[in-house]
Amino acid sequence: MRYAETGINLEIDLSRRNIERVETDPRDTELFLGGQGTAAKIIFERVPADCDAFSPDNLLIFSTGLLHGTPVPSANRVAVNTISPQTNLLAHSLMGGFFGPEMKHAGYDKIILKGKAPELSYIYINNDTVEIRDASHLKGMGCTETGDVLKKELKDDKVQVVAIGLAGENRVYTASMDHGHSSAARGPAPVMGDKRIKAIAVRGTRNVNVAHPGELFALCMKLHKKIAESDGCGDWMAVDEDDSFHHDNFAWGNARTRRRGFWSKELEERWKRLKYDHMERQTSCYNCPKKCRNVIKWPGKNRFGYKCYGKDTYHMAAFKELDFSYEILGIAQEYGLDSYSTPQVFAFAVELYEAGILTDKDLPGFPSDSGDRFFYLMEKVVHREGIGDILADGVWHAARRIGKGAEKFDHNTIKRFEQLPIKLGKLNPPYFLMIATAEKMAITQIEGSFPQDPLPTVEEREAFIKRWEAVPDERFIKYFMEWEKRNEISNEASCAITDWNEAMHYIDDAIGLCGFVSSFRGQFGGGVAYHMNNIPEILTLATGIHFDKEKLWRCFQRNRTLVRAVNVKRGMRRKDERPPEDHWAIRDKGFEQRLLDDYYAFKGWTKDGIPSKATLDFLNLEFVSRNFLENNILTGEENVPLPVVSVKNREAQP
Amino acid sequence: MSTTGRKRVIKEIKVDIKKCTGCRSCELACSAFHAMPRFSSINPSRARIRVFMDEVNDLYVPLRAGGYIQAECNGRNLYVIEGKEYSECIFCPASCPSRRYFKEPDSGLPLKCDMCEDIPPLDAPMCVQACKFEALTYHTREEEINEEEGKYDEIETAYRHLIKKHGKSKVLEMFNRFNGEE
Repeated sequence: MRYAETGINLEIDLSRRNIERVETDPRDTELFLGGQGTAAKIIFERVPADCDAFSPDNLLIFSTGLLHGTPVPSANRVAVNTISPQTNLLAHSLMGGFFGPEMKHAGYDKIILKGKAPELSYIYINNDTVEIRDASHLKGMGCTETGDVLKKELKDDKVQVVAIGLAGENRVYTASMDHGHSSAARGPAPVMGDKRIKAIAVRGTRNVNVAHPGELFALCMKLHKKIAESDGCGDWMAVDEDDSFHHDNFAWGNARTRRRGFWSKELEERWKRLKYDHMERQTSCYNCPKKCRNVIKWPGKNRFGYKCYGKDTYHMAAFKELDFSYEILGIAQEYGLDSYSTPQVFAFAVELYEAGILTDKDLPGFPSDSGDRFFYLMEKVVHREGIGDILADGVWHAARRIGKGAEKFDHNTIKRFEQLPIKLGKLNPPYFLMIATAEKMAITQIEGSFPQDPLPTVEEREAFIKRWEAVPDERFIKYFMEWEKRNEISNEASCAITDWNEAMHYIDDAIGLCGFVSSFRGQFGGGVAYHMNNIPEILTLATGIHFDKEKLWRCFQRNRTLVRAVNVKRGMRRKDERPPEDHWAIRDKGFEQRLLDDYYAFKGWTKDGIPSKATLDFLNLEFVSRNFLENNILTGEENVPLPVVSVKNREAQP
Repeated sequence: MSTTGRKRVIKEIKVDIKKCTGCRSCELACSAFHAMPRFSSINPSRARIRVFMDEVNDLYVPLRAGGYIQAECNGRNLYVIEGKEYSECIFCPASCPSRRYFKEPDSGLPLKCDMCEDIPPLDAPMCVQACKFEALTYHTREEEINEEEGKYDEIETAYRHLIKKHGKSKVLEMFNRFNGEE
């Protein structure tokens, strides 16, 4: 019997209209856990290196996390993986809500789509019933509207729907797919549109079993209480109205202008009223005792939900205030647009217009108000109309197609993907590594366990480490205690810190935990629910497979290396690992390159960022090393040390 | 009205629908508690509580399984509360032929909330313990038993017992004989 997982993947070939249930290998669970880990393995093995994102051979995989459907609180984030048309690399995409647990109750760990449907279709899954159905009546419909219509048609409010809007249908690269008020961005939505799948509706009524039910349930009741009560869990932006951090420190417009001192008490009061006058409720994802999504009803517009920094992106890109975000978010949500990358595309277009690179010929009747301009651009982009057809491919591609110097305005992408608009003075070395070697494309998907900044006094540091139950090894305490200035930290520490930050995300994305109770929250001190010191026990109780800290760390190293291998197979190399030129004002290229050397060595990768044969074999990735030798990506002669393992099993934790 | 002086405990779960966040932890906990053996499986479809959810219209209503009814209603009320429309069915706890709620997914047998009665008793039903937003709160209150009600309760129980043991006709015969004697 398989515990915590179903052991079944649902494989749907849309071109041949063939549906199969495929039993999976339990050894893969022990090695890759599940979620994005096992998805990366499938993509490495089955998607050819030269396969275009819009080829029928590209796969679109929806993965439950290993802990979905178990009593483990806040385990609900679905990983959606494919080859992204924007980056031509593995798309890393996650969404919360209810979809993953419902998939598992329907009896599936993954839904794997290949091929293309001849006409716009939706997939209906109700336990053993799996059908590809006509979706012509849903064409052009909004994301949450589609979910609503399908729930009514299927006469069940517990059907969980993920849908694309017009942006996804038109293969806009910055599209997202939405499931209620949760969304999955960064690549998969245009692929779903290309496969002509408007939506997937899932209903499941089967049991999920775990190996040690009584013990796990008792532990989960404690965790549930801890998450509810701890200020170390959840999205503090849902409750803290002081948002000076983003507004005073992040760059506005096309990642261009910092507005120090923008935030004021008067503004805070005014925005607080704006929020609470229009907020109907804060909602939760499945089995999570936090309520991070703010549901807003703005007059004359659809209800929408947002969380975290998602409320700032539009108005900061347009130099407006919060009411502008509220005005546009409901519409953007129905169109299915990612609220992180899309506003940057619009701000980029506005800059090009002001610089005379785009003219009235490209933008006929372009309004003068920056907010009106955003609405104008949104219509052009989601319909891929005129210049919108070019802008819909994101900043990097658009800059090169427009030419005439537009490339200079593409100053905030890495690996062709829009980054958070942060422009700083001095370099923070671990952040250089996290941004340069990013394969999850967004810094929030990489940072999170080690603090962003040092604390000024030894006393404060000591108080911090007292509550630091998440710390996996004493070396991190040493690094933190010795850390005085942000830009002064040893390369060894920078590599280990980056490694730990990555570890938590790679584990979360495989087992389905939310970063707000795990990988993203440890950096702010104690009280985070999940960490390297308790996840092994939880996994053991749920799956019946023994996990300890070293074994779990090895799973992280394996999944991290496998994701890198997918991208290396597709041609990604050291040359691609370049943060935006103006990300920091003061740069030392020599230092940066030495740091990158050290990081690659730490990981057991070559100087070109390729995992060596010895590293791959050490991580049980022989299928990767074979492939790399056959395709002359590696010779097998590379002399690279094995990856550093930062943790040790111990009886008692500090 | 005369009373017996005897009291009974009424158990209540108070539902504050404004506080519900739609996390469905109550469904999960209920299904685990009622699994056989206890906690051995998770399945919200087998829970005796369900959260009616409509994100588009911002409706979140936790609903407790009340029991089986043989036929659906002839008509339905539509409630308008603060401008939002709620079908009467959203508030109805019945395991009813018109819908799939509160039935075992495999057998179709009805599900009914038992307030998690257990030995020793729980502090509160599992759904309430799982709700961290106070959308569900547990209250008990004592209610005096009305004398008449109490008397008939006892007589009714006695008659039921006799009928079960001896059959309706014998009990009726005896009743008539007693009636004739007096």
